[in-house]
Amino acid sequence: MAETPKPPAQATIEWPPAERRRLIGQRISRLDGPAKASGRAKYSYDVNRPGMLHAKLVFSTQARARITAIDTSVAEKMPGVRAIHLILQPGAEVRWVGQEILALAADTEEQARDAARAVQIRYEPLPHFVADVPPEQAGADRLQQLREQTEGDPEAGFQQADVILEGEYGCPVITHCCLEAHGQVTEWNEDNLTVWASTQNVSGLAPQFAQGLQAAGIPVQASQVRVLTPVMGGGFGSKFAADTWGVACAALARKAGRSVKLMLERDQELLAAGGRPSMYARVRVGAKRDGILTAWSSESWGTGGPSTAGTPNLPYVIGAARNPLLPKRSRHTAVFTDIGPARAWRAPNHPQMCLITMCALDDLAAKLQMDPLDFFLKNLQFTERPDVYREELLKAADLIGWRQKWRPREEALRAKGPVKRGLGLSLHTWGGRGHNSNCLVTLHPDGSVEVALGSQDLGTGTRTVIGIVAAETLGLPLEAVTVKIGSNEYPPSGASGGSTTVGGVSSSTRDAATNALNQLLAKVAPALGVPAEQLEAREGRIQVKDDPSRSLTWKQACARLGTTPITATGRTRAELISSGVGGVQMAEVSVDVETGIVRVEKMVAVQDCGLIMDLKTAESQCYGAMIMGICYALYEEKIMDALTGQCLNPDMEFYKLAGIGDIGELVVHMMTGPGYDERGVIGLGEPPVISPGAAISNAVANAIGVRVPYLPLTPDRVLAALEAKGGAV
Amino acid sequence: MQAFEYAEPKTLNEALGLLSSRWGETEVLAGGTDLLSLMKNYVATPKRVVNLKRIAELRGIAEDSEGLRIGALTTVQELLEDQHLARFPALTTAAEGITSPQIRNMGTVGGDLCQRPRCWYFRNGFGLLARDAQGRALVPEGDNRYHAILGNEGPAYFVSASSFGPPLIALGARVRIAGPSGTREIPVAEFFVIPRNENEREIALRPNEILTEVILPATARELHNATYEVRQREFLDWPLATASVALELRERQIRRASVVLGHVAPIPWPALSATALLEGKTLTEEIAAQAGEQAVAAARPLSKNRYKVQLARVAVKRALLAAAQGGA
Repeated sequence: MAETPKPPAQATIEWPPAERRRLIGQRISRLDGPAKASGRAKYSYDVNRPGMLHAKLVFSTQARARITAIDTSVAEKMPGVRAIHLILQPGAEVRWVGQEILALAADTEEQARDAARAVQIRYEPLPHFVADVPPEQAGADRLQQLREQTEGDPEAGFQQADVILEGEYGCPVITHCCLEAHGQVTEWNEDNLTVWASTQNVSGLAPQFAQGLQAAGIPVQASQVRVLTPVMGGGFGSKFAADTWGVACAALARKAGRSVKLMLERDQELLAAGGRPSMYARVRVGAKRDGILTAWSSESWGTGGPSTAGTPNLPYVIGAARNPLLPKRSRHTAVFTDIGPARAWRAPNHPQMCLITMCALDDLAAKLQMDPLDFFLKNLQFTERPDVYREELLKAADLIGWRQKWRPREEALRAKGPVKRGLGLSLHTWGGRGHNSNCLVTLHPDGSVEVALGSQDLGTGTRTVIGIVAAETLGLPLEAVTVKIGSNEYPPSGASGGSTTVGGVSSSTRDAATNALNQLLAKVAPALGVPAEQLEAREGRIQVKDDPSRSLTWKQACARLGTTPITATGRTRAELISSGVGGVQMAEVSVDVETGIVRVEKMVAVQDCGLIMDLKTAESQCYGAMIMGICYALYEEKIMDALTGQCLNPDMEFYKLAGIGDIGELVVHMMTGPGYDERGVIGLGEPPVISPGAAISNAVANAIGVRVPYLPLTPDRVLAALEAKGGAV
Repeated sequence: MQAFEYAEPKTLNEALGLLSSRWGETEVLAGGTDLLSLMKNYVATPKRVVNLKRIAELRGIAEDSEGLRIGALTTVQELLEDQHLARFPALTTAAEGITSPQIRNMGTVGGDLCQRPRCWYFRNGFGLLARDAQGRALVPEGDNRYHAILGNEGPAYFVSASSFGPPLIALGARVRIAGPSGTREIPVAEFFVIPRNENEREIALRPNEILTEVILPATARELHNATYEVRQREFLDWPLATASVALELRERQIRRASVVLGHVAPIPWPALSATALLEGKTLTEEIAAQAGEQAVAAARPLSKNRYKVQLARVAVKRALLAAAQGGA
């Protein structure tokens, strides 16, 4: 074998300086945009295989019960039914309406649905509890008090306070509402399984399938499971697992000897496949007359269904600093309910903690008769990044016209006519350090370039970012690079959760592309008569750094590879990424005080995320997050019926989301340049979705002079708050 | 969806011959915007579906000496685009309130009047009167935020979902109904009924009848009319409360008034005491507010829908002010 010239070892690696960036940080349209907009992109939902069967789930109609019998005898004989797979056995306990009990596959979707209806499940009912109530209204066996956290001396802090605010705030359980439902198509070829899955975790799913199938008596190794997710319609934290329906789908395919599609229906999505825990708190917070905070205490609670859903960290952002320390005490109680399981929801716990903190602080500012903008500016020393928040607050204030428009609460309410306007703001933070990612770059002798990662694009722009980094590094136009993701046959990358993807894939791609380029430079250096270190890749050429006239085109350079492509791997590089961002959002709302209807007129998001790879898809993340935030601020709630234990709105009719006319004007400003870029790449998926609830709630309080304590800000709640105040109605 | 026989008659008589005399056995398909979802959710499980869309005589809008005749198959969009509608802002606003272009293009005027309630207990399989297996009424103790505040003595607690019912009643419209033994005509006000048991429906149509047209009387065109809908979203959303009003004015004095509330009762709810208050008065903001007050004086909210009393009150006030401002 001919010896490949070894590239110089890469001790450290860096991003190109600002003046050298051609693609990084530009507004670049996503690579798969046309395919998605035209319907040519094939989602898992769109995969249809020859002879494919359609599977449906039979799920619990009881909130809590023991299954005494499962009778599939009628269903088995129904037309088209090919296979049945039990997920639960008789004797098992079901703990929510919508819990998966069995799956069956038939020739057509309609046959599967009819057969699922024909399965008889008998239950021994058990007492259920689905109410989202404070701990004192739930039975002791339904509670788990989590760790009490105290830092500093909050009692002393309250004694120093000139003003103490007491309030109650919170938000209910909501769901994820991914555009593409959960589910997959499965197909066996001998003992090898292929899964077209709608997943955030293409590299991590195979072991889960193997484990689930082994438990179902089907011996298969992770190495025999191929997972494919070429494009994907949203996950928001709800799609990391193989799930019972994934394993059932593969088991049905095995039994029937046919490929099987099982995608959840919308009601199942809402019942079983998503859920953000509720969180409520009674808050006490004190400040000196000048607005400087002195102490915080909170008693919070919430339900994540059958699990605790984690301990919140209150207060949020303000009070997170170690020095100066805001004395604080917080205690959280988990309330267990039979409403279905919680799943990570974009920035787990943060929107809830943000709502509770920022609303309490906004109310305190009102009690102090201070402009909340001044009040928050005054307390930034209690945050972990005062300078960033200061800059962002001032920028956001400028973009929304805060100084011109803001009026104290009572003054806003005196405005003529029933429609009042108000302004509100909120601060948030997130980590977003890149996950472990591996990348393989191949440079072919014909000049074509492949970049392969076992990552996935949830709709965020991951594919485009990878292409940008590779093209930038290789000095090529974006279209010269073929990005291959969405398969576990590519080098493994972490799951896309927690805003970890962009840091992971951008740095591993930079690393792999750099390594590949160095090999190429070494290969062509003799032809250009200089050492490899004196060569660079620019504008589609390999050239001598100080003498661009001595160069080869990219194609000429690659032709020198003969018949053997260059391959190079890369991995997440800590020096290219960072963690921890701040963001500020402001909302302007109008509220009809006679009807209680709230409209978001304008929202401004000012966000940092280190070095931005693609400004356009970064801004898109913020737009999408604000829309998602308007939805949960104004409309979303999983509504449970106490008597029957049923979810009353497992549909898109009464589980309400905003339409285009409900969104108002959205303005995004990304912080870039010195102070931001040199931090490296930081994730952006979660942060902008954290503040909307608080910013909008604060704007409503400003408009109507009274706090509406709970989201969503529906007409009944707005009118009740006004009435309690003896207000405008 | 349960398998069913599908029929596509070309004449009204043929269609009538295909309908069962028992509810539930056959269903009539017009725009399908409600029926299909009912069937997909197994709330409706007919043995036969009779598609009316090929029956030409059910289409079209025409004016004659009696008034304006609107064929039952007229789509919401066709209604909105019809020149005659300019005189009926009460109807236009109701049609515009259906903010989904898809539903406006498919949904029909007849279908709007015949659609089933949106009560989430009904839609989740607990029956029109929303009772559990033990026969307990679920609405009074359950989540009734979208339920009735008037006409809710039970056993029905749902609200009529019709967008056109309230304005048509306010305008004095009638419906023509074809049945096996000929046709009949009744005021739209009598088309809506409060069912007393699970075997009854919320409309006066019999299972083997077909609603063929809506007739707006010639006198209606002289009425100042308006609808005000309180909806939470711009996006397709059921109103929380609506009011439709029609006023006969001389100078600025109200000679006759009609006020009908929507989405607050199992039927479009004529607010008769508000009507009485208005007659003989000159409409001012104060009088409009008083009429709103009167309209909900008899309201008896359930545990979670007291806010709807306020919404209905405001809807009446705003509809009256809009009607007085608009021309007849």
